[in-house]
Amino acid sequence: MSILVQNLTKIYGHQHAIDHVSFEVDRGEIVGFLGPNGAGKSTTMKIATGYIQATKGVVKLNDLDVTRYPVKSRYLVGYLPENNPLYLDMYVHEFLRFTGGFYHLKRKARKARIQEVLEMSGLEKEQNKLIGQLSKGYRQRVGLAQALLHDPPILILDEPTSGLDPNQLVEIRNLIKIVGENKTVLFSTHIMQEVEAICDRAIVINEGSIVADDKISKLKHNVPSHLIVVEFSEGVEPRKLNGLEGVKTIRQVTSKIYEFHISTESDIRSYLMKEITNRQLPIVGMNQKTISMEEVFANLTKADQHD
Amino acid sequence: MINIFFKEINGFLYSLIAYVVIGVFLTALGLLMWVFPESNVLDYGFADMTTLFSLGPFVLMFLAPAITMRSVAEEVKTGTIELIAVKPIRTLDIILGKYLAAMSLTLFAILPTLVYYITLYQLSSPVGNLDTAGIIGSYFGLLLLSSVFISIGILSSTSTENQVISFISASFISFLLFTGINSLANIDVWSNFSLFISSLSLEYHYNAMSRGVIDTRDVLYFISVDILFLYLSVLILKNKR
Repeated sequence: MSILVQNLTKIYGHQHAIDHVSFEVDRGEIVGFLGPNGAGKSTTMKIATGYIQATKGVVKLNDLDVTRYPVKSRYLVGYLPENNPLYLDMYVHEFLRFTGGFYHLKRKARKARIQEVLEMSGLEKEQNKLIGQLSKGYRQRVGLAQALLHDPPILILDEPTSGLDPNQLVEIRNLIKIVGENKTVLFSTHIMQEVEAICDRAIVINEGSIVADDKISKLKHNVPSHLIVVEFSEGVEPRKLNGLEGVKTIRQVTSKIYEFHISTESDIRSYLMKEITNRQLPIVGMNQKTISMEEVFANLTKADQHD
Repeated sequence: MINIFFKEINGFLYSLIAYVVIGVFLTALGLLMWVFPESNVLDYGFADMTTLFSLGPFVLMFLAPAITMRSVAEEVKTGTIELIAVKPIRTLDIILGKYLAAMSLTLFAILPTLVYYITLYQLSSPVGNLDTAGIIGSYFGLLLLSSVFISIGILSSTSTENQVISFISASFISFLLFTGINSLANIDVWSNFSLFISSLSLEYHYNAMSRGVIDTRDVLYFISVDILFLYLSVLILKNKR
C-alpha cells in the first residue's frame, strides 16, 4: 500500500476539519481527491506530507508512519502545496538546485536530475528566468518540477490545475498523466472533468468525511444516470405519480414541475408519456438531461438537500 | 540547515540587504568614531575604542532586527514555509540556518572595524599603547551581543507575519534586555535586589567582557539566552502549522 490513511481526525478548536477519514491508495494508482472548498482535502494532504500533525489517526507512506518517522518519510513524497508558493526572487534553475540540496544528492547526480526534470516539465527555455517573471502555467510547472526532483514514489498534488487557462490545464493534466505512469499520485481538485480525464478512481470528501471512494464508472452508476423533467399545465399531487417503472426518485420542483431520477440506462420517455397520459394527468412537456460528473459530485456532497 | 543557510545568504546578496546593512553599520560607526565632534577619538585625545563598543550595540539594536525581520515572517506570509517544511529537515534546521546566515552577515559588518584598531594602534603614542586585551574582550562581547539581538529578531519574525511589527518588537525587546532592565533595577522599590536584577541585563555581561576578561559565566549567559530564544522560535513555528 503506497498511501494508507486510517481514522484521520484533525480538530481546530471545536471544529472537526476532518473526521475519521480512512482510505488507501495502491502503488501506481492515480487517485482524484474531490470535494468542495473547505471539505478537508488540503488538511488531509498536509497531514500526509507531515506539514501538520493530526489530532488522531495514522498516515503511512510505503508502510512508514509519517508521525513517527517525519524526516525519513519525507524522502518518499513529492508535494505541490495549494496555491503553489514559490520564491519569486529566485531563478528557476537556482530554485531547483536549492530544492535538490535537501535530498543530499551528489553534485553530478543533482545536476543531471535537474536537467531531466526541466525537460520533463518543459521548462528548459525558462530555466534562466526569475520565477516571478513566469506565467501562472509555468509557475505550476516549476512547482511540479520541484515535487518531482528527488524522484519520489509518491506524489501529493494539492489543486495542481487551479487558476490555469484551458491550454495550460490540458498541458498540466498531461504532465500529471505521464508522471503518474510509474508513481502513486493523489491529487485534489474541485473540477470534475479533471478527475474523469486523468484518473480512474476518485475519493469524494465533504465536511470532513469521506462520502464516496470508488471507480469513476461506479460512482456515476450509483447516482441516477439521467434526469427527466416533466411539466404539467396545472398542479398535480405527487402521489399520483407513484409506481412509475424505472423511476428511482421523484422530486417536486414546483407544483407543476417534477424531476424524475431514472435508474435504468434505457430511454423510457415514451413509456412515461404513455403512462402519464393514461393516468389522465395534464402533461405539457418533457425534457431529458444526462448526469455529468458535476452532478454526481453535487449529489454526493449535497445529499441532504436533494432528499 | 546548510541549504537554508546558503539560500538566506544568497537572498541577502540579491536583495541588497547585505550591502545596505554593512554600509549603514560602517558609515554610522565611522562617523561616530572619527567625525562627530561629541564622540570622535581624535579630539578625545585618548587612544581607545570605547566609542565603537558603547555606541555599536545601539546601532546593532536596529540593524539586527532589520536583517531578521523578513526571515520567517515572509516565508509564512507567502506560504513558502510549507515548501521547505515538508522537505526532509527538522524545524530546528530551518531556524538555525536563518540564524547563522544573519549572524554571518553581522560578522561581516563588524569585521571591517578591525581597521579602526590598526589605525588607533598606529596613532597612539608610543605606538601600540592600546588596551588590546580589553578590545579583544569587547569584540567577543559585541559578537555575542549581536547573536542575542539576532535570536530575538528571529523569534519576533516567527511570532508575526508582519515585518514592521517584527522589526519594532525585536528592537524594543533588544533595547529592554540591553539597558531597560538596568534602568528598572534602579527603581527604589526593589533596592535590595537591584544588583541581581541588573545582572539579568545584557549590558551587565557585555560590560564585564569589555574589561578584557572572558568569563565563562558571561559567555554562558549569552549562549543560553540565544538557545532560549531559538528554542521558542522552533516551538512557535511548529505550532503555527
